[in-house]
Amino acid sequence: MGVDRREFLKIAGLSTLLGLGGKGALEVLSGKEAEASLQAEPQGGVRYAMVVDMRKCLERENCHDCMEACHREHNVPQMENPRHEIKWIWTEPYEHAFPGQGHEYTEERLLGKPFVVLCNHCDNPPCVRVCPTKATFRTPEGIVMMDFHRCIGCRFCMAGCPYGSRSFNWKDPRNYIREPNLDFPTRMRGVVEKCSFCAERLVKGLPPACVAACKEGALVFGNVRDPESDVRRVLRENFTIRRKPELGTLPQVYYIV
Amino acid sequence: MLEKALVGSRKYWLWLSFLAAVIGVGVLCYLWQFFVGLGITGLGRDVSWGFYIAQFTFLVGVAASAVMLVLPYYLHHYKQFGKITILGEFLAVSSVLMCMLFIFVDMGQPLRVLNVILHPTPNSIMFWDMVVLSGYLLLNIVIGWVVLDAEHKEIPPPAWVKPLIYVSIPWAVSIHTVTAFLYAGLPGRHLWLTAIMAARFLSSAFASGPALLILLCFVVRNLTRFDPGKEPIQKLAQIVCYAMILNVFFALLEVFTAFYSQIPSHMHSLEYLFVGLEGHGRLVPFMWTAVLLAVAGIVLLIIPSTRRNEKTLAVAAAAVFAAAWIDKGMGLVVGGFVPNPFEKVVEYAPTAPELLITLGVWAVGFFVLTVLYKIAISVKEELAA
Repeated sequence: MGVDRREFLKIAGLSTLLGLGGKGALEVLSGKEAEASLQAEPQGGVRYAMVVDMRKCLERENCHDCMEACHREHNVPQMENPRHEIKWIWTEPYEHAFPGQGHEYTEERLLGKPFVVLCNHCDNPPCVRVCPTKATFRTPEGIVMMDFHRCIGCRFCMAGCPYGSRSFNWKDPRNYIREPNLDFPTRMRGVVEKCSFCAERLVKGLPPACVAACKEGALVFGNVRDPESDVRRVLRENFTIRRKPELGTLPQVYYIV
Repeated sequence: MLEKALVGSRKYWLWLSFLAAVIGVGVLCYLWQFFVGLGITGLGRDVSWGFYIAQFTFLVGVAASAVMLVLPYYLHHYKQFGKITILGEFLAVSSVLMCMLFIFVDMGQPLRVLNVILHPTPNSIMFWDMVVLSGYLLLNIVIGWVVLDAEHKEIPPPAWVKPLIYVSIPWAVSIHTVTAFLYAGLPGRHLWLTAIMAARFLSSAFASGPALLILLCFVVRNLTRFDPGKEPIQKLAQIVCYAMILNVFFALLEVFTAFYSQIPSHMHSLEYLFVGLEGHGRLVPFMWTAVLLAVAGIVLLIIPSTRRNEKTLAVAAAAVFAAAWIDKGMGLVVGGFVPNPFEKVVEYAPTAPELLITLGVWAVGFFVLTVLYKIAISVKEELAA
């Protein structure tokens, strides 16, 4: 037989998308963005993703280890005014992290519980699409990154991000950093920043700071292109959801609720 | 012709000094913002665009509306607009200038503005907005100046300006379409994610721009010896009337889709704007004021006697202009950010320095408009004498 499983899925996916028409079909035809979402078994290379296992995370509800580690590592300032807050990784109540998922009979285990949220490092990121200077861009490994020195502070990316994952320095953040980490740059006022999946640690072969800090092992990080990776194993074995999948951004942070 | 801006009555100089004072206050506040950051505004992580960007959006419409004079005059040879076409073009020039300034004062790192050109990014609508706005500014400066200069010298305008004029017509449509695309292509901002956004922008533009032009014609007639004439003003009034009815119609289409479908995310922003959401309703009184003004304006424009009476026409034009300004200059941008991506309601209100910077930019626009109008009208007065 000439058609193997991979080929079949490709054809099936392609015809579905062509049937639906629009952008999806165009992207498949142009062979770019949508590939990752279609392939049942992605080929080699590196594509970073994270799974947040909320069952483990909620075992210690008041734990802030991941957030503290991240903020220390990246010189994230502690702004006094809530409007000016800089957030790389933080928590939102379940029904707000997943708008539309909460209902009047939501189980107690989830209702109002703090869900860890961060940049989703989307495969089809609107922030990258709208940035007028390429100050926000996507690395070959799929990390959505910021060039703080090129950002003009227009905040189009903040309007474009449907996850509220981007923060703007409304004031000079350097006055609000408690213990500066000299190994990572601080930012100046007027630029946008966000989670970078700790690209600076990944190049040294280290896991992201939040992952390393989580004693519960609730944050699983790795290469989804590698079928043997931890992240793939967890995805294979559990039912996972993503934030606002209907928007077509293809988020790469998955949740086990 | 520039020298005509340097001689003027006491009133002229007083008005310019007043505008210069307002600009001065704006500049001082801007310096404060420049050195401290946008934190001195009421903006924040949830409502990250506010008054500045709203003014920008509204003024792109005013700029685009020059086409409502250029098109009938040059394509349909509606001669009555010949006298005031220059007023429309110069209004476009000062409006685009204000648009650019509003973008500039909204930027976190204004000194890096050239990055948009150094690293051109065609997938960003912002890049295209810069292209069409600067092109439109240039077109209107060149066309307005060359045609006026020819009039001044009592010779026909050079032939090469004709193609530019024809180009400026679709170009005017493009500036507001591209500006609508800034909003209409963002996933997750439900108020903005609408296919008729560009159509709404154009209809509100073709109502508010000519409405302002009617008021400016009255001012010009009262202060100078130049009379734009009764008929072109009446024609403008008809344009405003049709465009405003379309604008309201389009807005009602949005209301129908949101509320008949009952999709919560589509209803939220409209609820926030018109009835308040989760106990927050800072914009509600403004939005209903806009509704009342829009209805009043349309009624005064539909009834022939109130449209022909220039006193009631002035009231109607002011009402339409104010309604469009509230709707686009406040409601649209802020409403798009409420509720935030976590479906929480965080409100926004501009701060005093933010308002003063905004006023300063408007004053720059009116300063440039006054100078340009002074030149144009001096030329026309000379010819009439």
